[in-house]
Amino acid sequence: MFKDLSRRRFLAGSTAAAGAVALGGPLATRAALAADPLKVGFVYVGPIGDFGWTHGHDLGRKAIEAKFGDAVKTSYVESVPDDGPDAERVIRQFATSGHQLIFTTSFGYMDPTMKVAKQFPDVKFEHATGLPSAMSDNLAIYNARFYEGRAVIGTIAGHVTKTGKFGYIASFPIPEVVMGINAFILAARKVRPDAEIKVVWVNSWYDPGKEADATKALIDQGCDVITQHTDSPAPVQTAASRGVWSFGQASDMSSFAPEWHATAILDVWGPYYIDRVQKVLDGTWKATDVWYGLKEDMVEIAPYNERLPAEAVEAAEKVRKAIVDGSLHPFAGPIKNQAGEVKVPEGTTMTDPEMLSMDWYVEGVSA
Amino acid sequence: MSLEVIAPVLLTVISAATPLLFAALGELVVEKSGVLNLGVEGMMIVGAVGAFATTASTGSSALGIVVGAGAGMALAFVFGVLTLTLAANQVATGLALTIFGLGLSSLVGAGFVGIPVAPLPKLAIPGLSDLPLVGPLIFGHDLLVYLSIAAVVAVAWFLKASRPGMILRAVGESDVSAHSIGYDVIAVRYRAVLFGGAMAGLGGAFLSLSYTPLWTEGMTAGRGWIALALVVFASWRPWRLLAGAYLFGGVTIAQLYTQGAGGLGIPSQVMSMLPYLATILVLTIIAAGPWKGRLNAPACLGKPFRPST
Repeated sequence: MFKDLSRRRFLAGSTAAAGAVALGGPLATRAALAADPLKVGFVYVGPIGDFGWTHGHDLGRKAIEAKFGDAVKTSYVESVPDDGPDAERVIRQFATSGHQLIFTTSFGYMDPTMKVAKQFPDVKFEHATGLPSAMSDNLAIYNARFYEGRAVIGTIAGHVTKTGKFGYIASFPIPEVVMGINAFILAARKVRPDAEIKVVWVNSWYDPGKEADATKALIDQGCDVITQHTDSPAPVQTAASRGVWSFGQASDMSSFAPEWHATAILDVWGPYYIDRVQKVLDGTWKATDVWYGLKEDMVEIAPYNERLPAEAVEAAEKVRKAIVDGSLHPFAGPIKNQAGEVKVPEGTTMTDPEMLSMDWYVEGVSA
Repeated sequence: MSLEVIAPVLLTVISAATPLLFAALGELVVEKSGVLNLGVEGMMIVGAVGAFATTASTGSSALGIVVGAGAGMALAFVFGVLTLTLAANQVATGLALTIFGLGLSSLVGAGFVGIPVAPLPKLAIPGLSDLPLVGPLIFGHDLLVYLSIAAVVAVAWFLKASRPGMILRAVGESDVSAHSIGYDVIAVRYRAVLFGGAMAGLGGAFLSLSYTPLWTEGMTAGRGWIALALVVFASWRPWRLLAGAYLFGGVTIAQLYTQGAGGLGIPSQVMSMLPYLATILVLTIIAAGPWKGRLNAPACLGKPFRPST
């Protein structure tokens, strides 16, 4: 093609193209968009096969593809460690290769995302579960109120436990995990005031073997309900092999424990992702700080196991509906910490900033 | 501490140590023949996915175990061709195969995520398995646990008291001398490498069929690297390897139990470090104590063999 392209023909051709674009206006933009799909990048902290956290985000990505078809082209990089230089490199690679919208899906990506966002003011970034202070003109924050889901499953736990001891497989002591533990035991104690929770930290978001071992350790110490803030189905499976109730994390894990998987907290990112992509396509995207929960359907509860006692399911549904209509807040006072001091007075509820910086445990937690 | 408290912990320790034991034992034989195989992690995980995929598709865990070992062996064969026939750098090849194995297993396993299988059946001898505490501890494990112990015995006997074992050791200590006497160095090493791959595959099969009967990407979680360290820790002796694997498994489990019991006020991150600290501590004691000088790495470890004739 270039051999027989004379300068005259080239100049004529490019003038015609420029004229078409100028005259075309919005029509041309739409045509250009159809020719040039919006590139959306996803950075995952785990494998999409984890059946947990990253799997949930990938379902959201697939929802985008299903909704927008050829107008959007998504790509992802999975298992990017969030505690080293890899994260920054991958995010920057997305930014420099034409991606207009980049989702970074782990708390640990906060600093690299902020850094790259400063260097690429025209690219839009969305960081999951970060701190609101990270937000900037081109960096939006989004989070889900998982603690609301914990309050619902804590209610069930309070009803089905016999020993009154719960086992919690936790990953890292960050505010999000601490919130989950506290919300769970607060809800359980409303049903069973003497319940206590034992926490084992596996210091990883995803390590099936270690999670299975931690589950065995907790069950051997008398826990008869297991819940987790790690991403593999191993705790659910191990608990089922010992005849102990468990709750799935981020995805419905009932296929691993049909008889003992009580329910699960589901992360539903699809609708939020579709909304954000639509805003980019419409040109109305603005950095926001979003923290949605049960009411906005960003968090959902999986179907309840048929073997659960009816009163447990009823109580759980009552709690869920109360959270949705606003009459119940999982962190409403009075709340005492482990030392017995009142941290949240009666009649008040914790504010969002207080929850996001939670670094203390309530009564009944041995962590 | 009564047996009642220790018995469940020991049960968990045994199953935690078994995959390490398989992989490390295989690697011990490979290194004794003079080859440094850093691809253990890759071979473990292809063994895991091979075993799981087979069991999930056919319903037979026996077939799954065989395919798991076979998958590890197949990857080890690739390693053998590259390092023994083509005399490539063993370290680089091993690392490349680990990465390849991890990727290949993710690809093959993608269709099997979220499918549970029945775990390997545990041994159930009518009278013995029902003994109150000792029963499940000694007689209640699945086939692969007993196979791992039997393998330690077999490898120890093989290396110490059999002629092929002596030839293997000779090849590892001085390949040129062994070659000049007339032993086929490359063939001996090939057999060792295939054995190592099969054992790593068995370790992986144990993970995906018994330890956590599911498939998730990266489920070996670095155990192959720990197995490599354990071989050095054991000074290339099978019985010391058994002790090392159980020590490592034991400390890993003990720290989880301690956390569950209240943690003794120690931060969980320090607890997570304990197995590795324990390994380093014991290694230092071995190197500096009255046992100094017993660190006996095979002299030709890692050197490609290029016969001059």
